[in-house]
Amino acid sequence: MSITDMTAVELAAAIRAGTTTSVEAAEAMLDRIEKLDKTYNCYVTVDREKTLAQAKEVQSKIEAGELDGPLAGVPVAIKDNMCTEGMLTTCSSKILGNFVPMYTAEAVLNLQRAGAVILGKTNMDEFAMGSTTETSAYGVTKNPWNTDHVPGGSSGGSAAAVAANECFYALGSDTGGSIRQPASYCGTVGMKPTYGTVSRYGLIAYGSSLDQIGPLTRDVTDCAAVLEAIASYDVKDSTSIERHDTDFMSALKDDVQGMRIGIPRDYFGDGLDGEVKDAVLKAADGLEKKGAVVEQFDLSLTEYAIPAYYTIAAAEASSNLERFDGIKYGYRTEDYAGLHNMYKKTRSEGFGQEVKRRIMLGSFVLSSGYYDAYYLKALRVKALIKKAFDDAFSKYDVILGPVAPTTAPKLGSSLADPIKMYLGDIYTIAVNLAGLPAISLPCGADKNGLPIGLQLIGDCFQEKRLIQTAYTYEQIRGPFPMAVKEVG
Amino acid sequence: MANIISDETIEYVGILAKLELSDEEKEQAKSDMGRMLDYIDKLGELDTTGVEPMSHVFPVQNVFREDVVTNGDMRERLLSNAPEQKDGMFMVPKTFD
Repeated sequence: MSITDMTAVELAAAIRAGTTTSVEAAEAMLDRIEKLDKTYNCYVTVDREKTLAQAKEVQSKIEAGELDGPLAGVPVAIKDNMCTEGMLTTCSSKILGNFVPMYTAEAVLNLQRAGAVILGKTNMDEFAMGSTTETSAYGVTKNPWNTDHVPGGSSGGSAAAVAANECFYALGSDTGGSIRQPASYCGTVGMKPTYGTVSRYGLIAYGSSLDQIGPLTRDVTDCAAVLEAIASYDVKDSTSIERHDTDFMSALKDDVQGMRIGIPRDYFGDGLDGEVKDAVLKAADGLEKKGAVVEQFDLSLTEYAIPAYYTIAAAEASSNLERFDGIKYGYRTEDYAGLHNMYKKTRSEGFGQEVKRRIMLGSFVLSSGYYDAYYLKALRVKALIKKAFDDAFSKYDVILGPVAPTTAPKLGSSLADPIKMYLGDIYTIAVNLAGLPAISLPCGADKNGLPIGLQLIGDCFQEKRLIQTAYTYEQIRGPFPMAVKEVG
Repeated sequence: MANIISDETIEYVGILAKLELSDEEKEQAKSDMGRMLDYIDKLGELDTTGVEPMSHVFPVQNVFREDVVTNGDMRERLLSNAPEQKDGMFMVPKTFD
């Protein structure tokens, strides 16, 4: 087995055992990126020198016994909306094309404390607004399973990098499915934690009440290890939650005896692809045979999650993105007449179409006369959706369903009809509104060989149940194939 | 389309959003926003009488901390990202005559 085919936890064990080093692993991965990334475009920024310098430092700490965790020495890819000190952070936008942060996001710092080595920054939909990674100002990312298809989004670069073995694991962010959906399209594991579990400090905000950072990994074991490393209480994020149950690796148990699993009928209606449906239900059968108690139920309100989400997310985005004004950092237009004209021209030239669309919608729903009818209405519907999940979790430990209605669409087929694209988020978006944790993991492939994702949703703070169920399913399923086998 | 967005509304939203749209972009924005609002109007089907708007899932109240400086002087590094700077300050276009 090539070193780049190892999981993160396997690699860290090999480094601890002295059979390889962090520097060797980083070099092998950088070489692979150099060969493959011309094709897939997973990365916006890769800095070989910085990566190798970090790897040397981490390796010496491992040898000195100062670092011995399950991820020590392992190279990671970071979504380009997380600040990294001294390393370009663009949010895949022209407006941040030259932005070099002076501090590092708390989640990334937590990884560095655990001995991570940053390989580079991954491509995404501009400001995380999109479902395909096609709205990036730095080119589209291609799905490693089939380069005619999108990797999903917005964390498409991170998911594709994990799938193409262009990193050992990656961080993404999830506002309405932006970790789970690309994980599903790319055949990787992806998890959105309970809101407040991972600090948002240094994550460039999109929809602050919905955004969470989480792992994209090759398997569930890595997912648990990464989540354990990044979860922390942080006074710099006022929505951060102090938890004492973040030993997520302790949940890696092959056991679902008595686990109550609910399958929402609402998630299996019109619009769901037949092959996706069959693969997801087959996974449920497998868990039932292992002793889980599986039954169908009506979740309700599913069709209202997307309109509520786009109202809230656009409102928060219009407010959060006001900071991009051409004064403190980032792009400033060349020619302007006075301050206000500079603001307007800078923003109009610096933001892409989808970002402008959401800022406009958000400004509208927050404007006087419409605030109650749209924004507050959406917040009321959010309360109803949360209540529907509360009712479901009084009966079930885990909700099981698809991640997305289809496998990865073809490049260029999504952006022309935004509402159709938004409908692709139907199974992921309510999770963010309700602040819940959810995991996506591969459960099969369609007739064209594109991966299908299984989604497990838990009640707030029940990540361990998700990890245990996902780990058990992974044992039933067996190893998932790799997207890219040979490197020429 | 039930929601017709007028030229005045798009002008007004452009001011709020601090965006300058070309005529072509304005027409596109009118159509996009109209369609999105038609879609969002679906929320009107739900009776939300007596339901409190939920901004955060957990009952997080204001989080206070002592007002003490914890970071050092980072002025030079902060300014290094600015499009224009002068004498240790951000440089902005003339704001009044």
